[in-house]
Amino acid sequence: MLNHWLEIIYLIASITFVGGLKLLGNPESARRGNLIAAFGMTLAIIGTLTLHGREVETLVYVLIFAAIAIGTVIGWLTAKKVQMTKMPELVSLFNGMGGACAALISLIEFEHNVGDGTKIGIILAGMIIGSVSFSGSMIAFAKLNGTLNKSIRIPGYNMINNLILVGLVVFATYMVMSGSESTTLAYVLFASALIYGILFVIPIGGADMPVVISLLNSFTGLAAAFGGFLYGNMVMLTGGILVGSAGTILTLAMCKAMNRPLSNVIFGAFGDGAATTGGGGGGVQGSVREVSVTDVAVLMNYSQRVVIVPGYGLAVAQAQHVIHELEELLESRGVQVKYAIHPVAGRMPGHMNVLLAESNVAYEKLVEMEDINPEFPQTDVVLVLGANDVVNPAAHNDPSSPIYGMPILDVENAKQVIVNKRSMKPGYAGIENELFFNPKTGMLFGDAKDAIQKVLNEIKNM
Amino acid sequence: MNEAIAFLFENIQMIYILVLMIFVGVEVIGGVPSVLHTPLMSGANAIHGVVIVGAILVMLNAEPDNILALSLGFVAVLLGTLNVVGGFVVTDRMLDMFKKKPGKK
Repeated sequence: MLNHWLEIIYLIASITFVGGLKLLGNPESARRGNLIAAFGMTLAIIGTLTLHGREVETLVYVLIFAAIAIGTVIGWLTAKKVQMTKMPELVSLFNGMGGACAALISLIEFEHNVGDGTKIGIILAGMIIGSVSFSGSMIAFAKLNGTLNKSIRIPGYNMINNLILVGLVVFATYMVMSGSESTTLAYVLFASALIYGILFVIPIGGADMPVVISLLNSFTGLAAAFGGFLYGNMVMLTGGILVGSAGTILTLAMCKAMNRPLSNVIFGAFGDGAATTGGGGGGVQGSVREVSVTDVAVLMNYSQRVVIVPGYGLAVAQAQHVIHELEELLESRGVQVKYAIHPVAGRMPGHMNVLLAESNVAYEKLVEMEDINPEFPQTDVVLVLGANDVVNPAAHNDPSSPIYGMPILDVENAKQVIVNKRSMKPGYAGIENELFFNPKTGMLFGDAKDAIQKVLNEIKNM
Repeated sequence: MNEAIAFLFENIQMIYILVLMIFVGVEVIGGVPSVLHTPLMSGANAIHGVVIVGAILVMLNAEPDNILALSLGFVAVLLGTLNVVGGFVVTDRMLDMFKKKPGKK
């Protein structure tokens, strides 16, 4: 009877996952959706703990509760305390934890199931995917965090990676076929999968991390689903597959926003090569015009229409509040201000929206790329804040550029462009930007928050 | 070959769920505004934390004297909890910032 109840609870939890994810797709109901899914998860966990119907020693219960308590406290505090700009890293980190959890389950279950070919197959598949997801997420975390900011790529890298992947699959198949009972082999496979995860992510440029995280996210979903198969556990199966498939679609949506096929993200040499050869074809030449804070203040104050293009630099400098202040001040002076949001600005799709929402920028001021692009010719001043690749005209006119074909914000059509950057260093993709050498463009060097604060003060005094 | 068919047959319900769930996942995500991609990814991230159920099952199935299984299981439950709690709390925090918006879209 207990078991029947547990199955019903799992059914309810599965429904909350699907419903929750559906509600998450609408700004109005998103928060509710998240809470509903969280409720379902709590139900599934408590149900598993209380209704499993096994004889279990108290010690085991104590251990489980201790682990959950510690995990809850650490998870809660981390999630609450970390700055909004660090969100992408955090998602990657938590994703890695899930992957590791799946891999550990496989590691333990291996010896319990030796001899059963099918189960061993499922276990090993879960182990490989979980481990890759874990170590890959950790590398993605380090890259976003800036700890690891170079894309490392040696000649024939893809070849080597693919060979390792094939090797992993062959190794796992061999273990299943031979009915191997050696736990040592399982550990070797585990370690190899971890190494593969590192090698898989390490050559990919920082600008592509959102796609990678989304991909690894769906990997972890898959690993959870393998766990569901192993235990015949419906809630793990439904939750895992749901995330696996939804995550894949999300990954593809992100790639589409960048107009690059997924294979290009994973195997392409983004942020590499082109950077060292100076922007591919011919290189970018010309001189850069530097403008002062006063110039910018005057220019903006006497404009009719201003468009702000936020990028990762805004997030790093935590300039979302001061830019909102500037926007309000300009609006009070009769200047129309809008934000142009590129789908992949920042380190995650929607990153800029989340950030600007934090400082209470009105939702309708955020204009998506397709809608704002026709407006640039009527725009007096475009202020590019720490964005780079998403405004690089090379995407239109340099077929040798790695970002060629990516839809961009056509800011060069505006009458004046002000670019705020900390230095002339190329963006995350490592490509020179000819926009900076455009005669219309003025460069305002300095930290975004600092620079905008100064502009703000200048305008106040006018 | 026969083994594969036997496997399919024995697990036919699970296979049904697998296939249908793939379509559900695709449907649910389709047409979501790019504004919500980050929270959506974060929410999905929390949901695959359901793997913690597996970790709990490992602990419940382990023999009390199997120290290795218990300690690995302990770590697995801990990591799974991090995934679940951290995932949902982060998502909620992100979405919290959307709620004050007067805009309708």
